[in-house]
Amino acid sequence: MKTHPSITPFLPDNVLSRIADPAVQAMGEKLLKGERLEPNDGLACFNTQDLIGLGQIASAVKQSRYGDKAFFISNHHLNYTNVCENKCGFCAFHRDPHSEDAYTFSPSEAAELIARSPVADLREIHLVGGCHPDLGLDYYTDLLKALTGEKSALKLKAFTAVEIDHMASKAGISSLDCLKRLKEAGLSAMPGGGAEVFSKRVRDALFPNKINADRWLEIHGEAHSLGIGTNATLLFGHMETLEERVKHLFRLREQQDLTKGFRAFIALPFHPENTPLAHLPGPTGVDILKTIATARLILDNFAHIKAYWVMLGLKLTQTALHFGADDLEGTIAKERIAHQAGAATAPGLTRKRLVEMIEEAGLVPEQRDTFHQPI
Amino acid sequence: MLKEIIETASRGRRLDPDQALHLYEKADLLSLGRLAQTARFRHNPHPVATYAVDRNINYTDICVSGCAFCAFYKEKEAPEAYVMDRETLNAKCDETLSLGGTQILYQGGLNPDLDLFWHEQQVAFMKNKGLHVHGYSPPEIVFMARKEGLSIHDVIQRLKEAGLGSIPGGGAEILVDRVRQKISPNKASTSQWLEVMRNAHLLGLKTTATMMFGHVETLEERIRHLLTIRELQDETGGFTAFIPWPYQPGKNTLSGRAAGGTTYLRTLAISRIFLDNVPHVQASWVTQGHHIGQIALHFGADDMGSTMIEENVVASAGIKNRMNRNEIIRLIETAGFKAVWRDTLYKPVENGVKAAQ
Repeated sequence: MKTHPSITPFLPDNVLSRIADPAVQAMGEKLLKGERLEPNDGLACFNTQDLIGLGQIASAVKQSRYGDKAFFISNHHLNYTNVCENKCGFCAFHRDPHSEDAYTFSPSEAAELIARSPVADLREIHLVGGCHPDLGLDYYTDLLKALTGEKSALKLKAFTAVEIDHMASKAGISSLDCLKRLKEAGLSAMPGGGAEVFSKRVRDALFPNKINADRWLEIHGEAHSLGIGTNATLLFGHMETLEERVKHLFRLREQQDLTKGFRAFIALPFHPENTPLAHLPGPTGVDILKTIATARLILDNFAHIKAYWVMLGLKLTQTALHFGADDLEGTIAKERIAHQAGAATAPGLTRKRLVEMIEEAGLVPEQRDTFHQPI
Repeated sequence: MLKEIIETASRGRRLDPDQALHLYEKADLLSLGRLAQTARFRHNPHPVATYAVDRNINYTDICVSGCAFCAFYKEKEAPEAYVMDRETLNAKCDETLSLGGTQILYQGGLNPDLDLFWHEQQVAFMKNKGLHVHGYSPPEIVFMARKEGLSIHDVIQRLKEAGLGSIPGGGAEILVDRVRQKISPNKASTSQWLEVMRNAHLLGLKTTATMMFGHVETLEERIRHLLTIRELQDETGGFTAFIPWPYQPGKNTLSGRAAGGTTYLRTLAISRIFLDNVPHVQASWVTQGHHIGQIALHFGADDMGSTMIEENVVASAGIKNRMNRNEIIRLIETAGFKAVWRDTLYKPVENGVKAAQ
């Protein structure tokens, strides 16, 4: 494991000694000694009443790596199709192929949308869609080629492991071969979606048609072996238990110990609107901050923890940057998936607004590229 | 210097305005939160957070004040201008009672056609229905006094005799006349606002105090506002709670952008730390939404305010956050506190039902 800078300067005695919950304080001491957290520590994070104390420890870890910086990217989210045969119980985005509002962009239509992107200085396209029953592998490679075109600065972060598995099995090739073909066509990185919660119980209840945890992790491991960096997510606040959340984080940590290719973790608070789980309230603000802070502490081998502003809202995103998050995704331009599920945020933000928001939170904005390198 | 100030505040010693300003400017968000949390448990040692069930009634939207930050007021001739009639008031009171509400937050515009006698009758009517009337922010009382040619003291006394139970702390905005000249030049001055509160406290009426921040004021002026509240509280002890909220731009003339989540939490925290003599600090979920409204309970707030069966003023600026009683209870409890229903004077409401004061 890569060693990280010491957190000692960021967790001084006068802070640590005032942490009210002894379990959280003990965790701080463990981290000061450079020890890794264990599953019971993860549960202690979720069960603590001392939100501030938990935040102080998570923030110390973040500050030890990045100081007061907060990262963002000039990017554009493009969903090439909303047709999906998985029909997950938490999703408000998917459509049947023959539904009136089903759509699939041709590679040239997608390229046209990006050419007209409102985002100046575009660095990345975040490209995800659904498990479309009729699209062949050529469609995906053509799509990637059409989107990179002449613009060498533009990187493609495309296709969740779920889509990779789907397109590989349709094409009758292995996921590793599929990833190789996509990489040749311009794939630079993979987003972290489709992980949901690594729990068979939850999967059977909410997304039985989706690939399981082992397969999701296998595909990410394969991508890592090809030098394709990936992200990871956790969709939380629906029917999963706190133990299941902690287990999820530990499985990610174990995978990262092996293949080392994860760049960022994104905690996705469940938005219930327009989904079959619309009766649920969705996670609270305190729960969201605890989840982000806990991820920062457990995922000691992940470089970045994102506060995804689309799902958090701007006020909570600012706050999350003080609870262990160091990145707030980007300009996005046209978010569809969370908005179908009732996200009340704007579909995109200007770079100016992102910078203002970070500065108001007392932090230093730093624009990055897909590989988390400063620009 | 910051370290010493943090030590001073941790021990519960009073901060002077310079120390408070330094702390506000230099301390990180979570250090402020920790100090505010410490102060909060000093005032209220139990992990309890309270809430109220009440209704806002705005008796008129006609107002001659014309404040730059307001999206609620109408001129008398405007098509939507209204003065609430007795039947409507009665229906709103009945609905409040049927929902278990015990109090009315009763406020309105500075309407020159309404006299003190009319107000006395409305207050008596609500009181006779068994409701606690938490009504008339200082600018309304100052306006009545001027219109009737009475002293502020006498207006409050008459309203109290009619049944007024307590006074809300609205219209304070920032209690610095430079700021008031800019955003609300026609409304009660700092000294008039304080005179209303001093007289109310002397007459035995409890009041709250508010701060609307994040418009034209400086950080130093925010601290000066807090100092003004703290000084009067030293004198009278009549403030029950302090409620800060950020100015909400919308359909008004002041424009600008609303303060963000971290600015809100920092301001809430410094308020709790500095106001060492005010028993309660309220979270503003109406302006902040559910997420930050709940998180505020860890940044010094010990009260979630009211379920607000009806809220019109913030809503008119385009901000529409809604919450029912179960939702408030859920947020308090999942934040790690015991939820307790309280009345206007911060006394627990026994078994969910309580006769009005």
